[in-house]
Amino acid sequence: MYVADSRAGTPDSPAPESAPASAEGAARPRAGRRRAAVAPTVLALGTVSLITDVSSEMVTAVLPLYLVTGLGLSPLGFGLLDGIYNGFSALVRLAGGHLADRGGGRHKWVAGAGYALSAACKPLLLLAHTLTPIGLILAADRTGKGLRTAPRDALISLSSTSQTRGRAFGVHRAMDTAGALFGPLVAFLILRATVDGYDAVFTVSFCVAVSGVLVLVLFVPGGSTRPPATTDTPGPTPRPTLRAALALLRRPALRRLAVCALLLGLATVSDSFVYLLLQRRLGVPDRWFALLPLGTAAAFLLLAVPLGRLADRVGRWRVFLAGHGALLLTYGLLLSSWHGTALPYAVLVLHGGFYAATDGVLMAAASDSVPDELRSSGLALVQTGQALARFVCSIGFGAAWTAWGDRTALTASAMALAVCALFSLGLRPPRPPRSEGLA
Amino acid sequence: MTLRTRILVLISALVVLAGVATASVLHASARADQRDRAQPGGPRITAGTVALTGDSGRLIFRNMAWGPHRDELTTVQASDPAGPRTASTVKCLRFHAASGTGVCLRAVHGTVQDTYRAVVLDAHLHETAHYDVPGIPSRARVSPSGRFAAWTAFVGGDSYAGTNFSTRAAIVDTRTGKLTPSLEAYRIVKDGRTYRAADVNFWGVTFAADDRAFYATLATRGRTYLVRGDLHTRTVTTLHTNVECPSLSPDGTHIAYKKRVKGLPKDAPWHLYVLDLRTMRETALAEPRSVDDQAVWRDDQTVVYALPGDYGADLYSLPSDGTDTPRRLLTAGVSPVYLD
Repeated sequence: MYVADSRAGTPDSPAPESAPASAEGAARPRAGRRRAAVAPTVLALGTVSLITDVSSEMVTAVLPLYLVTGLGLSPLGFGLLDGIYNGFSALVRLAGGHLADRGGGRHKWVAGAGYALSAACKPLLLLAHTLTPIGLILAADRTGKGLRTAPRDALISLSSTSQTRGRAFGVHRAMDTAGALFGPLVAFLILRATVDGYDAVFTVSFCVAVSGVLVLVLFVPGGSTRPPATTDTPGPTPRPTLRAALALLRRPALRRLAVCALLLGLATVSDSFVYLLLQRRLGVPDRWFALLPLGTAAAFLLLAVPLGRLADRVGRWRVFLAGHGALLLTYGLLLSSWHGTALPYAVLVLHGGFYAATDGVLMAAASDSVPDELRSSGLALVQTGQALARFVCSIGFGAAWTAWGDRTALTASAMALAVCALFSLGLRPPRPPRSEGLA
Repeated sequence: MTLRTRILVLISALVVLAGVATASVLHASARADQRDRAQPGGPRITAGTVALTGDSGRLIFRNMAWGPHRDELTTVQASDPAGPRTASTVKCLRFHAASGTGVCLRAVHGTVQDTYRAVVLDAHLHETAHYDVPGIPSRARVSPSGRFAAWTAFVGGDSYAGTNFSTRAAIVDTRTGKLTPSLEAYRIVKDGRTYRAADVNFWGVTFAADDRAFYATLATRGRTYLVRGDLHTRTVTTLHTNVECPSLSPDGTHIAYKKRVKGLPKDAPWHLYVLDLRTMRETALAEPRSVDDQAVWRDDQTVVYALPGDYGADLYSLPSDGTDTPRRLLTAGVSPVYLD
């Protein structure tokens, strides 16, 4: 009964109804206040992400119910399409990253196209009544997500200084996750207020998604977000061509980071397996099963900002590795014979902490090693590598579970993770350039 | 654009969007009134006493006709299925019964989330026990003696745009209350050897009369199998491939099921078949449409199943030997059970 991984890569973005921040002066932190807050652009993007996640998680939450009780379909076999779009979405991400870099500062518009594509998919769900078109619409929705992720992260990193990047990503990821937690609640309230109101859920989801796109268009600055003078590459500026993007991997710092992200990704067991193991080992009652991902998300939400700030202070690399330490501890707890009532909570907090210490922090760390002009492509490369590695790990873990059983498979993963973490420790990238931005 | 203009643009747009959103919710909630009113030309339904024993020759099912008794367990005379219906006030999404024991899968509306439970009912439709169901319930069965009950739920994936589902099939002994929450606890024997895989899913249990054997669907690695289960040894053994939602005939010799047929659209891939358990020969039934239901046997020669209809689903019947054409038994109903 396992469910294959669906959390490859980063969680996406979405949205609140709070007043969006102004884009004015987004680029430069004001003198004397730079330790205080995150750039308005980051808050604006966080708002867009929060709104968009409310919209997409609304749909995700009701989809199984809609298929089974609304349309009378068996959703089994629906997963067939899933593997296809996992690979596809990784390619789209690279394309989105590259497109955003070309012509310097198209990030906003490429991200906007991604958000708009996903928004447009919502009303289409009203028209589709069979599995194949519904699968295609969800694939288009994911394409939008793949397209927008790298340019959005590039915008976040370009609008913060090297010293505050970890915090900026932390704030963004926290807002993003808040949206993901709200979405199902909104959907449920609509279903309660209506009779089989799936059409209302899809319509409201569409309206919410459109408002997210509007916030992006109105409040996120387009064009180059920093003065060219602050560029951290000496010598001639590389042209944002595809070759230049791939040449990024020749930079030792980024290459090491990418290799580490890839290796650690190969030992990162997918969320669904973690929940399944938790349930099997600890006898979590069935009715709580659906709540386990919420536990991880809540911990992620609460820890994203503090761990992002910590990353700025003690070094992103350390926090990123410590996050994998938390994951290793998660595996350890799942393998241990301790059966205390606190165990599920400890596992979920550690698991959420793992995301908080790695998801945005990796992007912040990668940003240090990629020049502004290629920021989006560089981040996309790292994200794609990590997402593909996790996907491979999912498949491998499923096979190992089949062959040797869950306990042995998890032990093997824990050992692989420990080896990869030790290796990464040795491969620690050179110190990030301190000269970047305001010293 | 100045900041002020941008804020004004955003606010105006939000007003419009909020209007559209509100209208869609109001429109959807207004449907409630409509559904609570019986439709002209619909079946006649009156509230009354419904029991699982005592009055044979009746058909009990979940009534889906609009009106005050929507979703309630309802009976009609089996000889006149289009005739007047008697509604029980007991609501179920899925239902099955035998020998005075019923199992009713229903939603429990919570404040922030709906949950589902399987309720065991006595002959007067009173609850005797209930069990949590970990997802959206889809199939229900009671063994011919009434001692065992089984149900299947779809358990959703987690996280962003998760589109994967798995199933869990549970079996309970209604006499002792002992629950097996997932058939995955059973040993699987495939091609003569113990088989283990992480991606195993079970669904659609159907019981034999001996309170020991049962049949179900097992899916792994993209294939489905008919398995024969043993409640004593807690083992399932694969018998045949490409079988979903099996249903055992009263005499225990045939299994009606839905089979994935090549060349059909991906979203409607199933045709009804009957398997002879002695010869393992398959017979295609004369239903040209794709059927997504666990059929029931009216007698050893006739199967009854649901197809989508104007009010959700209608019931059809067909001889099990592959002859004849489908006949619509009644409109607006699912989960039929012939009471004996």
